[in-house]
Amino acid sequence: MIHSLFLINSSGDIFLEKHWKSVVSRSVCDYFFEAQERATEAENVPPVIPTPHHYLLNVYRHKIFFVAVIQTEVPPLFVIEFLHRVVDTFQDYFGVCSEPVIKDNVVVVYEVLEEMLDNGFPLATESNILKELIKPPTILRTVVNTITGSTNVGDQLPTGQLSVVPWRRTGVKYTNNEAYFDVIEEIDAIIDKSGSTITAEIQGVIDACVKLTGMPDLTLSFMNPRLLDDVSFHPCVRFKRWESERILSFIPPDGNFRLLSYHVSAQNLVAIPVYVKHNISFRDSSSLGRFEITVGPKQTMGKTIEGVTVTSQMPKGVLNMSLTPSQGTHTFDPVTKMLSWDVGKINPQKLPSLKGTMSLQAGASKPDENPTINLQFKIQQLAISGLKVNRLDMYGEKYKPFKGIKYMTKAGKFQVRT
Amino acid sequence: MDSLGLMDNLELKRYLVYLHLMNYAKSQPDMAMMAVNTFVKDCEDPNPLIRALAVRTMGCIRVDKITEYLCEPLRKCLKDEDPYVRKTAAVCVAKLHDINAQLVEDQGFLDTLKDLISDSNPMVVANAVAALSEIAESHPSSNLLDLNPQSINKLLTALNECTEWGQIFILDCLANYTPKDDREAQSICERVTPRLSHANSAVVLSAVKVLMKFMEMLSKDLDYYGTLLKKLAPPLVTLLSAEPELQYVALRNINLIVQKRPEILKHEMKVFFVKYNDPIYVKLEKLDIMIRLASQANIAQVLAELKEYATEVDVDFVRKAVRAIGRCAIKVEQSAERCVSTLLNLIQTKVNYVVQEAIVVIKDIFHKYPNKYESVIATLCENLDSLDEPEARAAMIWIVGEYAERIDNADELLESFLEGFHDESTQVQLQLLTAIVKLFLKKPTETQELVQQVLSLATQDSDNPDLRDRGYIYWRLLSTDPVAAKEVVLAEKPLISEETDLIEPTLLDELICYIGTLASVYHKPPSAFVEGGRGVVHKSLPPRTASNESTESPETAPAGAPPGEQPDVIPAQGDLLGDLLNLDLGPPVSGPPLATSSVQMGAVDLLGGGLDSLIGGTNFVAPTTAAAPANLGAPIGSGLSDLFDLTSGVGTLSGSYVAPKAVWLPAMKAKGLEISGTFTRQVASISMDLQLTNKALQVMTDFAIQFNRNSFGLAPAAPLQVHAPLSPNQTVEISLPLSTVGSVMKMEPLNNLQVAVKNNIDVFYFSTLYPLHILFVEDGKMDRQMFLATWKDIPNENEAQFQIRDCPLNAEAASSKLQSSNIFTVAKRNVEGQDMLYQSLKLTNGIWVLAELRIQPGNPSCTVRAPAPATPRPWSLLSLPGQGLALVEDVVQASLQAWLEPQSVLSLGRTFLESFQLNPVKLPR
Repeated sequence: MIHSLFLINSSGDIFLEKHWKSVVSRSVCDYFFEAQERATEAENVPPVIPTPHHYLLNVYRHKIFFVAVIQTEVPPLFVIEFLHRVVDTFQDYFGVCSEPVIKDNVVVVYEVLEEMLDNGFPLATESNILKELIKPPTILRTVVNTITGSTNVGDQLPTGQLSVVPWRRTGVKYTNNEAYFDVIEEIDAIIDKSGSTITAEIQGVIDACVKLTGMPDLTLSFMNPRLLDDVSFHPCVRFKRWESERILSFIPPDGNFRLLSYHVSAQNLVAIPVYVKHNISFRDSSSLGRFEITVGPKQTMGKTIEGVTVTSQMPKGVLNMSLTPSQGTHTFDPVTKMLSWDVGKINPQKLPSLKGTMSLQAGASKPDENPTINLQFKIQQLAISGLKVNRLDMYGEKYKPFKGIKYMTKAGKFQVRT
Repeated sequence: MDSLGLMDNLELKRYLVYLHLMNYAKSQPDMAMMAVNTFVKDCEDPNPLIRALAVRTMGCIRVDKITEYLCEPLRKCLKDEDPYVRKTAAVCVAKLHDINAQLVEDQGFLDTLKDLISDSNPMVVANAVAALSEIAESHPSSNLLDLNPQSINKLLTALNECTEWGQIFILDCLANYTPKDDREAQSICERVTPRLSHANSAVVLSAVKVLMKFMEMLSKDLDYYGTLLKKLAPPLVTLLSAEPELQYVALRNINLIVQKRPEILKHEMKVFFVKYNDPIYVKLEKLDIMIRLASQANIAQVLAELKEYATEVDVDFVRKAVRAIGRCAIKVEQSAERCVSTLLNLIQTKVNYVVQEAIVVIKDIFHKYPNKYESVIATLCENLDSLDEPEARAAMIWIVGEYAERIDNADELLESFLEGFHDESTQVQLQLLTAIVKLFLKKPTETQELVQQVLSLATQDSDNPDLRDRGYIYWRLLSTDPVAAKEVVLAEKPLISEETDLIEPTLLDELICYIGTLASVYHKPPSAFVEGGRGVVHKSLPPRTASNESTESPETAPAGAPPGEQPDVIPAQGDLLGDLLNLDLGPPVSGPPLATSSVQMGAVDLLGGGLDSLIGGTNFVAPTTAAAPANLGAPIGSGLSDLFDLTSGVGTLSGSYVAPKAVWLPAMKAKGLEISGTFTRQVASISMDLQLTNKALQVMTDFAIQFNRNSFGLAPAAPLQVHAPLSPNQTVEISLPLSTVGSVMKMEPLNNLQVAVKNNIDVFYFSTLYPLHILFVEDGKMDRQMFLATWKDIPNENEAQFQIRDCPLNAEAASSKLQSSNIFTVAKRNVEGQDMLYQSLKLTNGIWVLAELRIQPGNPSCTVRAPAPATPRPWSLLSLPGQGLALVEDVVQASLQAWLEPQSVLSLGRTFLESFQLNPVKLPR
């Protein structure tokens, strides 16, 4: 099982260590540093690193390496999933997960970690349960704690751990009972030079924010549940009911949680909402290259595309770029060769474009590779797969809750090759 | 802790104290010890949270001294009425085991833990399984997690209701179970399938493991089989949209899955397309899988992608992409032309490493499709000067030599390489030598000078033995018989395998059992990298056993055999070029036999002593018993099988117990040779029934066998005769007659036998335990008077007693059953309603063993009393030439010990009555 955890920042300092069994010396991280050096970039550090007596599994999040040490044959996914859970919990507790914040809240961090694993076995990883036991810091509480010398540990026994629905705490009370669901879809796509789609798939999630008194039992049904053939559920969802009736039936955890994530990969179901027209050319003889891109809407079901950003890693040979955008702002970093253009909204009547020239290193041959364009965008009130919630019902409690459903489509890894 | 005084709630206060203690305990165990009394008290607290916390904290104090005090409270908590307490206590057992394993075993906590598997609460079940798995890890041979259909049912029920982490433990545990037939396998699969929709990727992958393993048992005609295949694809695809670290582990596992069952993901090629901001470790894995999935249907897409990748920035990735194009050409014949033109386009880019990589793969393409794409040679030759990597230079030289007759200036080209001969790497030197010899044989007139030059460079000016040897061979060939030289050097080359880097089928099957573990990430069995000290149990896929058809034997089950027969195919491994070079001359010579880590203690002197003679095979003629030759090779004989049936019929008549064949030497450890076998005794002769299976990709010949010295002098009575070479995937059964005239050495345990088997590949060692009953001779019935006298002579303290439980036989049945294994009833009497049987047996070395068997009618257990003679009578019977008296005595003692010692008794017990379960009591020593 998981033996120890080291948190390492990008400059290679171990700023936190936690051991759930006997203490493992810090020097084990030397193997990690070696691998880090070899990988040149932080993202490329291999996730599994063998050492003579241990295995190091790491994830890199928020510029911090979370390095878990294991000694025996443990499923690596189990460890990595757990590390992700640690990151999520920190974020949940402190709003952001960064080195200074972790250092500031070191007491809470240790308390939380101690509760998450017992002797390397996961104990309480649901943030609901954890928060019941160890209160997240607030400004007020920090002040009070400093004055009274008290701690963050909760003032009630975490009885939720004893219940049959371990993900929900007991005795929840709200004056305003509300349940909100966000259907968020991300499009991952690769578009080739000519504008045709190579791959496109949708990663969808339904995130919920449920603040309901007592023990509500909810059901959520869809207009077109057939879309969801590849789904993963929060443990609260009754799988049998879904299998037989295609209805989500569950007792929700209290607060924010991810109810469901799904995957749509059938090509004909994935509409591509934007297109990019590009003309990037280098000439052999000249030290100038032409650069021109235009972004336009494609299948948006009448919704506006907003929050558009275009980024592109230019070839090494490009010294500088002089460009004029028709809207928004652009920057080019001559060191990292990263071009980024903050477009904003797309107005279908007047398509945004970015035109200009690139100056190349004199005398060098033209670059072999053409840059790939990365696109970010958002479309409100639209789930691009066409998924629609039919109705939400509540049983088990008497009051009438507020209910709300929001849809949103975003670009995930959306790449256009040129 | 004063700060807590602010709160009134006493319970809460205690709760908090514990939280702090837990942190404290690890850094200052001595201080924490002072709190032990409180723990003990708190384990009785009315609040379950406090009880659980007390037991949880206790386990964190890693001090040996106090562990004893923890036993009682822990025992109580394991049986607590509240599941939360039981679940916490289960983990505490694992903690305690980590500190003091012996204590945990002595206190019987392991049994309690096993009982918790049947607990009513799913969380408790999950934690018990997790704790047991962790404990089992340090005791690989123990049967802590022996599962039966009932416990499986419990686990499957708990699976639906426990936390995600618990599901992982339960699924991993399920994967170790072997269902009894396909129906059970299917029903387990049906109940595991819903886990594929879990949000936690570790749960998904563990479920995939269970399904992949149990699918092996399902018939492919079943509708359910097809459904299951379809259900496996979406979750695997979903794993690829997760974070890169998860993707990496998933991809390593998918790599195994597509090799085992390509049909699952054959339509999902696109998800493996590389995104430019994937981390490099994900990119390389995706590329590998793309090649494995490439087929005629999708090759166009794949090629277009690969071409795209070949223009990316990352050098490692680009190289691999170019190589992948070549692999596509070799794998999908229809695409070869397109691949070659793509490669040519890439060569035009003049990017140095792309060109070099392209030339290396084009060489492979030439090899696979000779005389088809020679038109491109001109383009290749243009780039001759830019090649600076040995592999690319060697490839280019190979091409020039191979097509020397079509390249006008071949001699000039090769001569230009020759100038810096001594600065080249060995690879290039060897290739250059061969190429020039080829050129000479094709155009003898113009190139005589050149060949002279290279031969003298290779033989006289080089200090590399390989190069010199090859040079001399060519020289001699050319000078003695040019025709023969032509035949040798320009011989037709064997095909190269279309799939590269395939994992050997046996290894693949084992790795499938380890999906989701570190082993699957490294593509190595755990035995290859898990720290030494604890032996690792090899896992294997279950054989397909259908409930309604029992005719199919396990060996014929589809165990991931390579498709079709590929007699002459060499696997094109990473070092393909090296193979190719050697192949010009003949099959590669295997390295010197290295003593591998699997060599058992004592096997070394076996090697030193007899192997040379064994390989020579001349002075290896042993006396053969009459029955032996007839049995030899009987199972493979075809026409004479009727005749042989007779002999084997006699064997079964004698009715001695024969254990089912067990795998003695797994294919993993013996470069593809798998040996399983058992021992039989048939009317005065002992034989070892072997089954040899070739799971490698090459033919095996030249088999020989030898035993190390052992307690009873067992030795092969005839050489091991395998009549025909063993081709891949073939199995042969051999019965090897044994004699007991070999040299004697006391082994530990007594019935340990160390065996060396040799074939054309290497020498392999394994050790096995033979059942002692094969040593019981037919004249083992002692005279009644002598029995009485001997029995009386034996002092009481030399006696051992043990009970055999669950023995439903009456005296007659027991007696006749024993007699069939040469354990004879000397006398029988009835005392107070109990049947007393007096038994005797004699071992091949003349030692007598006496026993009293007490059977109570109606009581399913019987008692055995076995005295050990103080001064064993049959000393004079022992005549072991050349052995000192001390040794004889030793053997006598040892044999008796074998009779008395529990572990040996176990093997004896099998003989005793097949269904007897022995539960020996502690024996006086």
